[in-house]
Amino acid sequence: MQIFGIPIFPDQASTFAKDVDALYFFIFAVSAFFALVVAVSILYFGVRYHKTHEGDIGARIEGSLPLELVWSVIPTVIAMVMFGWGASVFYHLRRPPDQAMQIYAVGKQWMWKFQHLEGQREINQLHVPAGRPVKITISSEDVLHSLYFPAFRTKMDAIPGRYTELWFEATTPGTYHMFCTEYCGTNHAGMIGSVTVLEPSAFQAWLQGGSQEGSLAQRGARLFESLACNSCHLDTGRGHGPSLKDIVGKTETLEDGSTVVVDDAYLRESILSSQAKIVRGFKPLMPTFQGLISEENLVALIEHVKSMSPNATTAAPAASPASADPAAGKPEKK
Amino acid sequence: MSDAVAHADHGHAHAAHHPALQHHFDTMRQQKEAAVIGMWLFLLTEILFFGGLFVAYMIYRVWYFDAFAEASRRLSIFWGGLNTAVLIGSSLTMALAVRAAQTNNRKWTVNWLVLTMLLGCVFLGAKVIEYEDKFANYEVPGSSYNWLYHEQHAAAGGDHSEAGAAAEGHRELSLTPAQLQNTTQIYFSLYFTMTGLHALHMIIGVGLMLVITRMAWKGKFDAEYFTPVELSGLYWHFVDIVWIFLFPLLYLVERP
Amino acid sequence: MLDKLKIPERHYMNDGHSLRSWLLTKDHKRIAIMYLMSISVMFFIGGLFAVGIRFELATPQGDFVTADTYNKFFTMHGVIMVFFFLIPSIPAVLGNFLIPPMIGAKDLAFPRINLLSLYIYWLGGFFTLYAMIVGGVDTGWTFYTPYSAASSNTSVVPTALGIFIAGFSSILTGLNFIVTIHRMRAPGMTWFRLPLFVWAHYATSLVQVLGTPVIAITIVMLGVERALGFGIFDPARGGDPVLFQHLFWFYSHPAVYIMILPALGVTSELVSTFSRKIIFGYSFVAFSSLAIAIFGFIVWAHHMFVAGISTYAAMVFSFLSFSVAIPSAVKVFNWTATLYKGATSWDTPMLYAYGFIGLFAIGGLTGLFLATLGLDVHMHDTYFVVAHFHYIMVGGAIMGYLGGLHFWWPKMTGRMYSEFFSKVSAIMVFVGFNITFFPQFVVGYLGMPRRYHSYPDEMQVLNVMSSAGATVLGLGYVLPVIYFLYSLRFGRVAGPNPWGASGLEWQMQSPPLTENFVEVPVVTSEPYEYEHLVAKEKHLV
Repeated sequence: MQIFGIPIFPDQASTFAKDVDALYFFIFAVSAFFALVVAVSILYFGVRYHKTHEGDIGARIEGSLPLELVWSVIPTVIAMVMFGWGASVFYHLRRPPDQAMQIYAVGKQWMWKFQHLEGQREINQLHVPAGRPVKITISSEDVLHSLYFPAFRTKMDAIPGRYTELWFEATTPGTYHMFCTEYCGTNHAGMIGSVTVLEPSAFQAWLQGGSQEGSLAQRGARLFESLACNSCHLDTGRGHGPSLKDIVGKTETLEDGSTVVVDDAYLRESILSSQAKIVRGFKPLMPTFQGLISEENLVALIEHVKSMSPNATTAAPAASPASADPAAGKPEKK
Repeated sequence: MSDAVAHADHGHAHAAHHPALQHHFDTMRQQKEAAVIGMWLFLLTEILFFGGLFVAYMIYRVWYFDAFAEASRRLSIFWGGLNTAVLIGSSLTMALAVRAAQTNNRKWTVNWLVLTMLLGCVFLGAKVIEYEDKFANYEVPGSSYNWLYHEQHAAAGGDHSEAGAAAEGHRELSLTPAQLQNTTQIYFSLYFTMTGLHALHMIIGVGLMLVITRMAWKGKFDAEYFTPVELSGLYWHFVDIVWIFLFPLLYLVERP
Repeated sequence: MLDKLKIPERHYMNDGHSLRSWLLTKDHKRIAIMYLMSISVMFFIGGLFAVGIRFELATPQGDFVTADTYNKFFTMHGVIMVFFFLIPSIPAVLGNFLIPPMIGAKDLAFPRINLLSLYIYWLGGFFTLYAMIVGGVDTGWTFYTPYSAASSNTSVVPTALGIFIAGFSSILTGLNFIVTIHRMRAPGMTWFRLPLFVWAHYATSLVQVLGTPVIAITIVMLGVERALGFGIFDPARGGDPVLFQHLFWFYSHPAVYIMILPALGVTSELVSTFSRKIIFGYSFVAFSSLAIAIFGFIVWAHHMFVAGISTYAAMVFSFLSFSVAIPSAVKVFNWTATLYKGATSWDTPMLYAYGFIGLFAIGGLTGLFLATLGLDVHMHDTYFVVAHFHYIMVGGAIMGYLGGLHFWWPKMTGRMYSEFFSKVSAIMVFVGFNITFFPQFVVGYLGMPRRYHSYPDEMQVLNVMSSAGATVLGLGYVLPVIYFLYSLRFGRVAGPNPWGASGLEWQMQSPPLTENFVEVPVVTSEPYEYEHLVAKEKHLV
């Protein structure tokens, strides 16, 4: 929105942008009301009760308990409404729908690298379809970054050593800003780009012009072979490692009796620090690939493993950001 | 300056003041109460100061218990236990010093204080020995850290003070060498920061004792005024208590 | 009428003229004056960096300075303003000067520790300024890891050391105030007869004492991480960079209450004096200071809603963050009610108080936006946040500080300053401030991130407005230096109570004696009693 050509309000380009804006307008209205009441009262009283003679004093009014209660309780109630409404919008922002389209993002000083499942890689630019939920799983190669799309009204920090995620469903085709919003050094202000929302058919067309390498999962399959994963993880389950068919979403029992749900985080951890959570019945023989595999290849491998579970839902548990890191038996945080 | 005017305010009977009464206070009692409250407040800040480290330690210990247990075994129960006993003993001598000051016993105030300082130095000496061992075994976090060095060279040492990973009753752990190299560094980072900060407080404490001992030697304290001894005592006890927490947390993670 | 007023013959400023008598003083008032000079210097250094920032941001491209230099500008602006100006300001200058006389004491409980506090502040400032001279620091005042520990190649450790040291100055000041307020009150000065300024400083001191050690240890951890290669926050070794954020904000959120609580106390004094009326709801206002101090400790993770904390944790902290708003609102309503049936005037300190109430209200209300989870996701790390905290810190804290300076200047110096220029300056500050920072709300919601030295073209107009306002604001700040200094030599002699204010400090001569009172006062009246004052004034006439 613009006034005299000056933009004063961002575009609404996602399904929840209007929810966020509605919340904004509500709080704005409440704030403006109270600010005005206070400002007008002060000015009015200041003028109306201006002393008339030097040495005048004011009336000795010490207070009023009813008034104190009124102006404590009413703001409390209003604050609770703001909290509740804000929390419910937040909850929605944090729960990607099942079957959201998956994209991976890696932040590094000072660029954003995106990978589509179909294989396309983008740098500082992201193409997404309109009308379909998109989930971006984010991590960082070095320091903290944060992926922000003002037009979608959402952002999430990129943390080295962890996965975090955000999701949105774009509505209006167009090109919108994309920013890094966690200070990350010299070229923080240059770590920007654009997100282009395309009509579904245009998006398909863009995808077709895709990568020579094939899809992300296909690249992962080639890595699965070149890194010799297939020598232990036989489909029969009789190899040194468990079969990986249909494991996504399964609850595995580990050697110490605890259970774990197979999701992105567990897959990542198993590759990077394989001795941490071994499935019961198998020996600790898998080498670790920490330091031997890049973030991009890691997600390719994970996509390949996920492709071996065609019936599983693609959503990772939305409430807790996947925490996977080169550590000894660290339980899922929170 | 304005002594004549200030004195006119005071309501108590005798004209002379204790030489240690500062002029912005009305009575020795008010001065002492202020000093004691001030000292307790300061110790409260120290609790929060160490507290940040304890919080970080507890979080990582929950996350990486096995690695912490492994790394903890590299510490010497002998030296840690000795230091614990030494510090508790020094708190006793300190309390006795305060008592001696309170009962106007100049000679024993000095004696107990000197003993406290000596015990403090024993503690610091033991710390030096422990730290030396850590350095020698490449157990200081950073680029030179080498978790495996100790095991590879333990046989040669025959050092009674170290228990290796091969100790009895040691349960089977599924930690990779890479994990051990990494997360035990977090343990040692916290170990050195916590014990280092504690040792720094000990050194300051010994310095404080030197000053107080000198004052006692010169007869500055009597039954009505021994506040500096008392406050130093509070500080010393606090440093002792911090160690009482550090010892089991750092040394006794999972000992058979 | 009274004889023409004269500066008293003996007072704390001429009680010894040598440099030694100042540098080795135990007098809380001299220490306050030395703090005044020191923090003023720091304010203008921090202000210079702000000039650099706004100058760069007048154009969308990064064309004034390099990216690295700009990053150093905003870092050093933040470090200096937060740690070396805002946190000490009111407590070290006005608190130090006024708390003993306000409670009827001759000095603080620990005068030598007060002096030590000042020395420590100088030492901390030295290290930080040294770090700036040898190359600066570019981590942001928040020093987030891993960037600060492993990636930045600037003078992080010296800067952090300077802040660490300055923290002890803050702790000792707080400690001194707490003991003083507990143990040094004159006979009859009960807790509920204390001026609200004292209540506010008591609450502030609690926060200083409990919170500052945590930033100290956080800095120690960052220091060993960076200088010794320890791995407490290193993700490659299993460390958690988000842990740093928790530790950092555990102090730095309460720190913002250290910065605003004293100004809230000043405002109570100004509103009462310049409506010649007791503050409406005295005990509510007193307790609200304590409530703010306490609640301030349990909301820190509202700075981390998008930092990777769980949805559940975010909801808890959002809920708690709203709790802090209520006592602040209570104060604003009580001040407003105080004006009702008062006897108001437009003296300069009151102009600052009016401005404070309005700008603090806006700043606090915009905090509600940020506490609201659904909105904060969009607004976090944008200029909306920058605008919010500047409304509180500058529109609030600094205006409170200036209001207090203008109010107690005649007491501290015995002189009055130019009424005309002080009003001009107050208006310039108010107008300039709003032009500078209001557009930042708008450009923030548009999506302009913080800590950017270049930005999309369409955001330029709002940025130019902001930079233009900053020019007016800066001029508004320079004026007081001139007329205050001028008043020291040429100002009208003020006498003990030029404002007709209540409070024991106004019963001292202006400037006060070193020992404050000739006779220890015995308090029999309730606070903010103007009836007795009028009686006394009438009697004198």
